This record gives sequence, C-alpha cells and structure tokens, in this order.
Amino acid sequence: MLRMAGIRPLVAGALLVAGVFAGASTALAQVTYVRGNDANPETLDQHKTSTIAEANILRDLYEGLVIYSAKAEVIPGVAESWETSDDGLTWTFKLRDAKWSNGDPVTAEDFVFSYQRILNPETGAKYANMLYVIKNGEKVNKGELQPSELGVKAVDDKTLEITLENPTPYFLQLLTHQTSYPVHKASVEKFGSDFVKPENMVTNGPYKLVSFVPNDKVVLEKNPEFREADKVAIDRVEFVPFEERATCVRRFEAGEVLSCSDLPAEQLQSLKDRLGEQVHVVPYLGTYYYALNNKRDDLKDPRVRQALSMMVDREFIANEIWSGAMLPAYTFVPPGIGNYEGGGPKVEWADLDPLDKEDQAIALMKEAGFGPDNPLELEISYSAGENHKNTATAIADMWKPLGVNVTFNVRDGSAHYSHLRDSDDYEVARAGWIGDFSDPVNFLQLWESDNTGFNYSKYENPEYDKLMDQAAAESDLAKREEILRQAEALLVKDAAVISMLYYSSMSLVSPKLKGWEDNIQNAHATRWMSISE
Amino acid sequence: MFGYVLRRLLGAIPTLFLIITLSFFLMRVAPGGPFDRERALEAKVLENLNRVFHLDRPLWEQYLYYLGNLARGDLGPSFIYRDFSVQQLLGSGLPISIQLGATALLLALLIGSVLGTIAALRQNSWVDYGVTAVATFGITVPNFVVAPLLSLVFGVWLSLLPAGGWGNGGPANMLLPVITLALPQVAVIARLIRGSMIEALRSDHVRTARAYGLPARMVVIVHAMRAACLPVVSYLGPAAAALLTGSVVVETIFGLPGIGRYFVQGALNRDYTLVMGTVIIIAVFVVVFNLVVDLIYAALDPRVRYD
Amino acid sequence: MTDIATNTPEVAAGAPVKGRSLWATAMMRLRRNKAAMASLVILVVYILAGLFGPMISPHHYATVYPDYVRVPASLEAYPREDEIVPQAENVLARTRLDINSIEVDGNTLRVEASSEREIDPRVTRYLDRSDIFSNARITETSADGRSVVMEADVERLRFIFGTDGNGRDLLARILISIRISLMIGALATGVALIIGVAWGATAGFLGGRVDNVMMRVVDILYALPFTFFAILLVVFFGRNVVLMFIAVGAVEWLDMARIVRGQTISLRRREFVQAAEALGVSSGGILRRHIIPNTLGPVIIYMTLLIPKVILLESFLSFLGLGVQEPLTSLGVLISEGARNMRSAPYMLLYPSIALTLLLFALNFLGDGLRDALDPKDR
Repeated sequence: MLRMAGIRPLVAGALLVAGVFAGASTALAQVTYVRGNDANPETLDQHKTSTIAEANILRDLYEGLVIYSAKAEVIPGVAESWETSDDGLTWTFKLRDAKWSNGDPVTAEDFVFSYQRILNPETGAKYANMLYVIKNGEKVNKGELQPSELGVKAVDDKTLEITLENPTPYFLQLLTHQTSYPVHKASVEKFGSDFVKPENMVTNGPYKLVSFVPNDKVVLEKNPEFREADKVAIDRVEFVPFEERATCVRRFEAGEVLSCSDLPAEQLQSLKDRLGEQVHVVPYLGTYYYALNNKRDDLKDPRVRQALSMMVDREFIANEIWSGAMLPAYTFVPPGIGNYEGGGPKVEWADLDPLDKEDQAIALMKEAGFGPDNPLELEISYSAGENHKNTATAIADMWKPLGVNVTFNVRDGSAHYSHLRDSDDYEVARAGWIGDFSDPVNFLQLWESDNTGFNYSKYENPEYDKLMDQAAAESDLAKREEILRQAEALLVKDAAVISMLYYSSMSLVSPKLKGWEDNIQNAHATRWMSISE
Repeated sequence: MFGYVLRRLLGAIPTLFLIITLSFFLMRVAPGGPFDRERALEAKVLENLNRVFHLDRPLWEQYLYYLGNLARGDLGPSFIYRDFSVQQLLGSGLPISIQLGATALLLALLIGSVLGTIAALRQNSWVDYGVTAVATFGITVPNFVVAPLLSLVFGVWLSLLPAGGWGNGGPANMLLPVITLALPQVAVIARLIRGSMIEALRSDHVRTARAYGLPARMVVIVHAMRAACLPVVSYLGPAAAALLTGSVVVETIFGLPGIGRYFVQGALNRDYTLVMGTVIIIAVFVVVFNLVVDLIYAALDPRVRYD
Repeated sequence: MTDIATNTPEVAAGAPVKGRSLWATAMMRLRRNKAAMASLVILVVYILAGLFGPMISPHHYATVYPDYVRVPASLEAYPREDEIVPQAENVLARTRLDINSIEVDGNTLRVEASSEREIDPRVTRYLDRSDIFSNARITETSADGRSVVMEADVERLRFIFGTDGNGRDLLARILISIRISLMIGALATGVALIIGVAWGATAGFLGGRVDNVMMRVVDILYALPFTFFAILLVVFFGRNVVLMFIAVGAVEWLDMARIVRGQTISLRRREFVQAAEALGVSSGGILRRHIIPNTLGPVIIYMTLLIPKVILLESFLSFLGLGVQEPLTSLGVLISEGARNMRSAPYMLLYPSIALTLLLFALNFLGDGLRDALDPKDR
C-alpha cells in the first residue's frame, strides 16, 4: 500500500491546473445540489437514528405517513387521509398508491413491520421512546411484551390502524420524525442491518442512496419510482458533513456548496455584513439552559436559585457573546411551539429594570444567608466548546455582585453528560434541549421528578408531576394548554432551572437555491427546492 | 540482517499485545460512554443499546471477546458509525491519509534538506538567518491557523483551488492540505539538517576529503550529507508514522475522509472499537517505521551494526 | 586519527594545564553571536513581561468590560467622541426618563432629564454601571423632584490590542498568557529533557537486550492514545496546571529519547569512548562525561523545536478541558480563539500570533547560537 501511495503524490504537485478543470466537470444536464450538513450521519437506518444530520438525509430518502411541507406544516405523505376515534385513542390511516424504489407497493404491513422493529429491544434504537405513545410501545421496548402485541395493525394493504396509550394531540408531529419512516420489509429481512448499504437500500422517498463515505459525503439520486417524481427538480444531492462550521462558510463563499446547515456563532455579525440576505437566522425549537442541582445544600433554597437566575443578563449573552445567534429566554418552552399558542407563563421579574432586579436578587441572597461576608461558592460545569466557555465566563462576572465566587469545571461532551446523568455532586451545569416534536410536553417532561437521566436539576415537585399527568390525560387542547402553562409557571416560581437562551437555526442559503422556506423546525426537504443558474 | 528484521517483527507482537491491552483498559477508565451525548437517552433505550454492544458484560469478558474477534481479524462494529465496521472505516480512510502524508513527507524532505544544506554551507550569513527564519515560521504558526488561511486565500479570494473537500483525491484538492502538513516538517528537517551538516562539515572525514581536493559540492553531497542525515532519520521514524496516519486538524478543516479524525472523533465520543482500531494502526506504523529507521541508520553509519 | 585529544575536551581534561571549562568557552562564544544575543535579550524581555506584565498592565486580565466586546485594536482611547452621546442615550433608555439634552464637555457628560413622577436619585447608577461613565452625580434637582441635571465623568479606556469575545483587554490577556506559556514550555521541556536524555543515552549506550526493552517501552508509549491519557488525568487529578506540565513532558520525552539514543549508538563506537572504556571508566562516568555532552547539540536544537510544540500542544489540551482554566489563558488558547475569529476580528489572531512567533524566533536563534557555542569541535 505504501509503495502505491508514493507514486500518486508525485503527480499531485504538477497537475494543479488540471484539477481546476476537474472541479467544473459535472455532467451538464444533471442538477446537483451540494448541501452542507451538520455532521456525518451515525447511521442511515431510520430506527437507529438520533441526530439532526440524519434527519436531513432521511427526509429526502423516505416518506412517512405524514410529512413536513416546505414551511414545515404537517401534510399528508404516504397516508392520503386519516381519522381519529372519539376517545382520541385509535387512528386509522388510508394509504395512497405509493411505490418503493424497486417498484414494490408501499403497504400498511411495511409500517407495522417498521414500528415493531424500532420498538424491538434487539434493534438498539436510540429514539425508540418516540413511539412509546403507541399502545404497549414501552412494554415491547422493555422486552415485557412481544413486538406483535404492539398497537399497530394492518387492516388491509392500504389501511393502517394505530392504537395509542393516551390521547396524544402531537401524534401527527411524531409521525413526521424520521423514526416513523417505513423500512422495506423484504430487504431488511434479507440483508439484516446491512439493508442500509447503498447496494441494498430500498427507499420510498424522492431520493435513493448512491453512496455514503464518512467524513466525505452522502450522495443521493432521484428515485424515479417516487409518486411525485415529476415534481422533484433536483436530480442529485450531495450531503457534505461539516464538523468545522467555518469550513462550510469558506466552501460556500467559494461556490462549492449551495447551503450550510449551521454557522459559527462568533462569525455571525461579519457574515451578515458580508453575505447579507444569504444568512438565515431563524427561531428554533431549542433551549440553552443552566441546570441548578436542587439537591445541593447551597442550591436547595429557591431564593438562591431565583437570585442567580435574575442576575443573568440574557440580552447581553444573546447579543454579545452569541452575536445574536440566540434569543434571550426567561421560560423553558421556546415560543412558536405547537399546541401552546398562548405562550409560556409570565415571568414577573423579567421586565424589572436592572437596578431593581439586582437589589431584589441581593435581598433574596441575604434572606438565604449569603452575601459578601458569606460568599456562595459555586462550580459551573460545562462541556468543552468556545461559546460555552465565553457564556460561563460572562455569567461568573454577572454573579459577582451577589458575592458568588465561581469556579469552572470543563469536560469533554461524553464525560460532561455522563456526569450529569450518573452523579449528583455537580452544582450548576450547562445543558441544552432541542425539541423532537413541536409540543410543550417535549420540553416540560424533562422536569418530572421520575425523569431521571434528563432532569439535570433534580427538580422534584409533586404538584408539577400531578399537572403533567393531568395534561397527558386531557384531550381538550385548550384545557391542556392551560394545565401545561400552570406547570411551567411552577417551574419558573421554583426557579428550578435557569432558562437562558432560545436557539436559532443559522443557515447560509445561496440565491441560486430556490424554494428554501425558513421554518421553526429547520426542516428543508430537497424535494421542495430547485436550482437556478 | 534478515534474521534481525525477523526478530524485530516477532518482537513487535508482544509490544502490540501490550498496547492493545493497555489502551483497552485505559479507555474504559475514562468517564462517559459511547451513548452519552448532549441528547440524553431514555434509561431503557440505553440498556438495550448496551446489551446490543455487549457493554453490559463484565470488563474482562468484553476484553476477551475483543481479543477473540481481533484474532479472527475482526475489529468490531463502530459505535458512532453504526452502518460500518471498524475495518470498513479504516480501510477507506487509511489510503487517503497515507496518500496525503506520503506526499507531504516527500515534499518536506526535499525542500527541508535543500534549505538546511544551503543554510549550513553559509553558516551565520543572511541566507542562514533567512532559512532559520522561514523554518521557525513554519513551526510557529499552528496548522489550525495555516489551514484556514490557505483555504481562504487560494479557495475563496483567488478562487484558484478548491476551498475544501476531497473530490476523489484530485491533485487540486490535495495541494493545500499537503502544504499545510509539510510546512512544519520542512522547518524541522531544515533545522536538523543544518545543525548536523555544520557538525559533519567539520568532521574528520569531510576535512580529509576536502584535503584530498575533492570539489566542495561533492564533499557536501557524498560525505557530509550522509552523516548529516542521521538525526533526520531518527526524527523521521515517528514523524512519518504520525503523518501517514493522518492529521485531525488538516482533515477537519479541509474536510478530508482520512483516518486522522477517527482517533479524536472516536476518543471524544468513546467509540471504543474505533479508537482501538486506530491505536492498532498507529502502533503498527510506529513499530514498522522504527525498524526502518534503525535499518537506514545502519546503512548510513558504518559504525552501527546489527548482527 | 591522531587528534582524538584535541577533538574531545573531555579526554584532554586530565592534562596539566586546566583549560577554560566547556561552559565558560561557550558563553564567550555565544556573546559574539549577534543573533543569539538579540534573542537572549528578547527572551529576557518576555520573561520580565510574563513576570511583571500582568501586574503593571492597565487592565486586569480577568476584568470584563461588557460595553467593549470585541472592540478592534486602537491606540486611541475608547469611547470615540461621536459614540459618547449615543452610548449615553442607550444607557439612559433603561431609566425610562425623558431625556431633554445630553452634552459632552471634555470629559464630563451633562444630562438633563425629566419624568412625570418624582425621580429616584438611584438613576445615576445606570451611568455608573456602564464602563463608559463614572462618578455620576445629580447636580440639580427641581423643586418638585421631577427633573434633574446629572453629570458624569467619561472614562477613557485604551485597548491597544483590542478586546476579546468577553470584553477583556487583549494586551492583559497576552501578558498573562506569556507567563503561563513560558511556564508550560519550560517545565514540560525540562521534564522531557531529563527523562528523554537519561533514557535515550542509557538505552543507546548499554545496547543489546536493555536497549531493546527500553525502546520497546518507548514504542508502546508512542502508540498509546494520548487523548485518553489526557482525559484520565483531568478526571483523577482535577485540573491542575502542574500536572499538565508533567503530562506533556511525559509524552514529549519520547522523541528526545530516540534522538539521543541514535546519537549515542554512533558515539559509542567512537574512539574516545572506547578509549575511556579501555581505561576502566564506569558506564555511568562515560555517559555523564562523554556521551551526554556530545549529544547536547542535537538535543538543544530539538529543545528549541519542542518548546513551540509544547506550547501548541497545550492549546489542544485546553480544548479538552485539561488545559489552563479561565480566567487564566495561554498563547495557544488565545491563538485558537483568534483563529476562530480570523475574519471578524483579525486582531484577535494577529497579536497573540506575533507574540508567539517572536518568542519562538528568539528561542530558535538562541538555540542555534548555543549549539554553535557548545560544539566541541569548533574552537
């Protein structure tokens, strides 16, 4: 191998010019979209998936019962219509005539097989819990029941019946998630986990897989069997992973990629100055927060927690530290989320002027027994990352007037998150939550006392748990929203967590790329787009 | 000679075994696991995953299991690239890393030894200082600065070369990464050559050669160079092993699918099998190159003999 | 070969006329080398800057100026004249007063404000809270307390190297980073030097099975996953800077050992070593007196290469969390921060890079000078 490698490089230096031409030599008729992606997909198996990078690719490969439109509204996909029983527990989907990329018809049985597969513990699905709402879903995943006992049934080839545990108003939202996409039963049975290889993969979406080379690219090509193939304008998509966001920016400016899926926050201002309209900063379903370990002696007192939260100048962090890449947050559930039209509860102190806020915070600390003569020693844990560091530094400075002395504990991501999950000796810890589906429950369930592994604040309030249970059983949307708002108000009152920033999605979109619609889900299926020269 | 090589290679087997064992257990002592990310997993889901990947077994059992697979040439499945086995990942990435590393190494050797020799022949002149200055610059500016700068200047501003990407290994795609990789090596090699060349030029056999009236250029090339190479050869062993097994920074910034990133990606994500795979590759390269270095040493310096 | 004695001062040391010691000669010769002496001066300046710079710098390295995040380097003081009034308006907007006029007269800001309610005298704190104004006071209050005249001093701050992403003075950050980086470089290189030279010389000199085993250890350590080693250290020992030196030094001695071993193997066959052996000098004695001094040339050059390597390696460790903890910083960290802001705030990359480059230039030229001065054959 060594010897062979030695020969090619010799040619390398000499042929500089040749390479420049090679770059431009794509086939003439074919429209190719080189698309920046967040990272490598860990897998292209929709049942093992968990990341946004995977969602972006799988959205082009498969079509679920329902899908996101260009504006991320839920529209019919493989299902052309559906109805719900009066108790909201049984959903019946009528499937349209759709085909797999090998010509097989897409049947209700494919969906039954798929949902049984993702909940089968043997699959090792990271997001199996997305479908726990289906009757017996959790029990199947725990190995207590057989996959065949899952509440999914093929009435006939074109009729699928799904039974739920509880009325779930966000069920359709869940079905847009990549975990709900069907797999082609025959090829999974034939190839096992290798069905994801380009030569084996059979898809039912607008594109099919051509190749996947980690750290290089994932190439998709138009699926001629797709039911709306004639409306798909782009022939070929190349998803290029960019762990280093600045690299994508450079390749975008060099005209090598047509869009970037994320941007380096510290460059946002200069990007806006340089690229203007091509920079898209759009509210997103995510919250950047500091968990306060409610079980620690120093942080047990809600007054201390509230004082700490009050002193955090969200506007400064959002605008200066994150250069406007984030929005200031006072409540945990991000605005614009579905089934929460009235928005979160009011945070009384949010609009106080800074001086009053500071005076009140100092007073609260004093009541709790802390002050300049008895300073509170706190440790902020965060995972390595430039802006996490800058944020922690800024917050330490903001807490100084309270007489709080801050030390930092930085770990790499894996160590940080396993520490949050397994230990209870941390005090203040950075974390973030990106919504999986557009419903406040997805955010608020984090703080249920039995949600260990997620509830980093170790918040425990029976009243809160009760409200969340009530909301789960409530089928009237308006009432449910009110209950959830009460629960979040409790979260604010107890200052269980410092909700600090709402995420924005940041993209670069070339003017050549038409049909990119900004949306809160940051979902942009290639099928809605076209390229103009 | 042949016996020596064989003995060294056989001797490498326990070395590799030790490396594998040490790495395996060191890795498992590190906090966190392959499924600990910003997005936490449901306890039940995590349990299923651990079972699928045999992480629920006692550590010694996992170790034996790994060794057993290894003996059969199976490096196991990757935890973060779940559609691939570690062999597949390394198999597609290694040729790319080698191609980049070897080109950079050749380039560095060529430029470095020329610069170093010139500097040594003109010791303490402005040429010498100039070479030292350029060389110093090469090591001073870290590659995470050089790489984006090159990409910015040649890719974005001048639009002469691709700003990044592998593009199936086109020469244009390779040029900037190779320069970035070669730059610090040029610097080191030039400085090492300069140093030992000055020494060699003063040594007895070069003096003798000069006294015999051999032309200066011949003396330099034949006699001094041979002696001056020694420290460079020493240095090149590990340097080549490191270069050929890829550079995280260069691969990340230019977006190249080599194996350099796998080690750091694997380490930060606790992809145990992927890290083990890269460790084994690096270990093999180190062992082989050390052997090569020792052999070259013997060939260059008649005073060193391996019997 | 008749000139063994003249070539090797060690052997000649027993001669009746006691010559100048190796080091005294070296110092003398070093003094004649202009580039090396200039480098020495620069290095001393750096050491002084690292030691005393943070104490005398006008800003503390940890002080955050929220009003001056990422301001470009400038010799002029901030705020700019035409920015004072808009900044004051900005600050006063939070008071919810009606601002009737804002004037700047030299270093004094004068504000007339009124409100429908009685004005709380605490409003001056808004001005004081800003980095731009200080000593805010109410000079006049109307009888009904509904309008006031405030005055405040305009604070002139100079950030000749600009400020970082948190609004901290870059000059002060560079000064503290020089201290940290020099410490790291010196300590880690020291550790690497001691272990590497001792290990390499021993292995090369003793040869045979011992050499084999010792180099095998080096091979094993080479291939060990350093990243995990680093993560482990953080977990077990906390984030201790001294530990980091040991960690870095403990990794970087390997190259040194290999170079010294290579040199030793070839020295071992040299006549003067064999002569010493024949005279019955102990192995330790030969190593100390003959082998190690003769390897100093390449070792010193390698040291001058190692220090930059260590300084840069440290930035990688910092990224993993084993590095220097905020608010302390190092040149490597500053440069990697700068590289991320290359296009939006080029000065954040430029000044730390200049600081590092200059330092390493000095180290290199000094290294070369030392090598030349220590060369036993060149007298």
